[in-house]
Amino acid sequence: MNFKLKVWRQKGPNVAGQFVDYEARDIPADASFLEMLDIVNEGLIKRNEDQIAFDSDCREGICGMCSLVINGIAHGPGKAKTSCQLYMRRFKDGDTIWVEPFRAITFPVVRDLCTNRSALDRMIEAGGYITARTGSAPEANSIPIGKVVADLAMEAAACIGCGACVAACPNSSAMLFVSAKVSHLGLLPQGQPERTSRVVSMVRKMDELGFGNCTNHYECEAVCPSEISASFISRLNRDYARAATRQAAVLV
Amino acid sequence: MPAVTVSPVPARRFSPNPLVAFYQSSIGKKWVVALTGIVLIVYVLGHLAGNLQIYLGQDRINNYAEFLHNLGPLLWLIRLFLLACFVIHIVATIQLTIQNRQAKPQKYAVPGYQASTPASRTMIVSGLIVLCFVIYHLLQFTLELTHPGYRHLHDSLGRHDVYHMMIIAFRHLFISLFYVLGLFLLCTHLSHGFASVTQTLGINNRKIARVISAGGVTLAWLVFLGYVSIPLTILLGLVR
Repeated sequence: MNFKLKVWRQKGPNVAGQFVDYEARDIPADASFLEMLDIVNEGLIKRNEDQIAFDSDCREGICGMCSLVINGIAHGPGKAKTSCQLYMRRFKDGDTIWVEPFRAITFPVVRDLCTNRSALDRMIEAGGYITARTGSAPEANSIPIGKVVADLAMEAAACIGCGACVAACPNSSAMLFVSAKVSHLGLLPQGQPERTSRVVSMVRKMDELGFGNCTNHYECEAVCPSEISASFISRLNRDYARAATRQAAVLV
Repeated sequence: MPAVTVSPVPARRFSPNPLVAFYQSSIGKKWVVALTGIVLIVYVLGHLAGNLQIYLGQDRINNYAEFLHNLGPLLWLIRLFLLACFVIHIVATIQLTIQNRQAKPQKYAVPGYQASTPASRTMIVSGLIVLCFVIYHLLQFTLELTHPGYRHLHDSLGRHDVYHMMIIAFRHLFISLFYVLGLFLLCTHLSHGFASVTQTLGINNRKIARVISAGGVTLAWLVFLGYVSIPLTILLGLVR
């Protein structure tokens, strides 16, 4: 298959970037999007040109490292998959494909299609953890957890932290990410001691870092590789108000 | 590779007072927008119920207007409360919009929207045009500054003749057209707003999300039909 690519090239964080046209020739239909870029890069190396920089790691949709916006869609067309799980057979021969980095003020471009998404780690540092005793692992069944709650917490815990939600959001809001983390830990008994402080700290950190505000477009949910439901954002809104009330009540 | 420091927009600060800090946070502002939104939604529905009394005849609607005016100080309390909600709703959404635009300085070359609607993406535009519409609407019908003649309309019982005021006003094609446009944008705004309120207040969940979303859109366009029916029936000469 042959494609026309329009790829965002940017030499560094504080340099202006632009789209550059490339031809992707003789691409197997079963190549993943990242393998297609590998083939294009091999051609660039042979011609002694600068390779296209892009992030990837596991290439099986687990790690959350790949981060492309393909034709305006974070991780490209299709549901519940990352860029590395997107195959070229989804496109038509001769298609023009736009490839851009995740765009958000909080995800500065490092080079070309690579962005620095450590702002997500800053939010985890702010409260995405639990207090646990050290030492040997506790008996697994010592804290009973209902099936419904366990399933819901597991669903939220499926977030791989890729940041596609931020990329897809017209406001670059990180609400889906934060709601997944807050719900995952806040639903479980082990997460209760920090439940109030966690949601306040994580939302504050999110605001301080400069992420936008959720305006209920649900673009995040549509592109999430882990299919995290936007209903977790509703839960986060509820949990945040509960925490704010509790903190205010402490002062009275 | 050296770590690239995240250089975000000017840092948002938080007051030690939890109430102030709540408003300063993204979710807190959204709560304020949703709560004031509910007040305004209730007003829009109540106002519609009042207007539709035109179909019950001159006596009923003039009587209703007389009743509202006789509320006296209570009427002013309600008006001030509505005005406060209106102003807070607008101020908070403008603040949120500025932050949102700062957070996404560069848009994608090709928009690849998957789930959002034109209504959801134009809330600030529809809202600000509705603000202009409301200002004109108040100047026209409440303060009667654009049309001072309305003040001299009285029925046989000496009441302010709201019935004929509406008929005279909407017989002007341009006033009716501007009214329909204003209501169209208001209801576009509400078609996203109704469901958004439930999401922001944490009432929404996956079991009811579709119903809430479809219900919100339906309710918004029913409100549109209700309001717009009045200039339409007047222009068609059905109400005279």
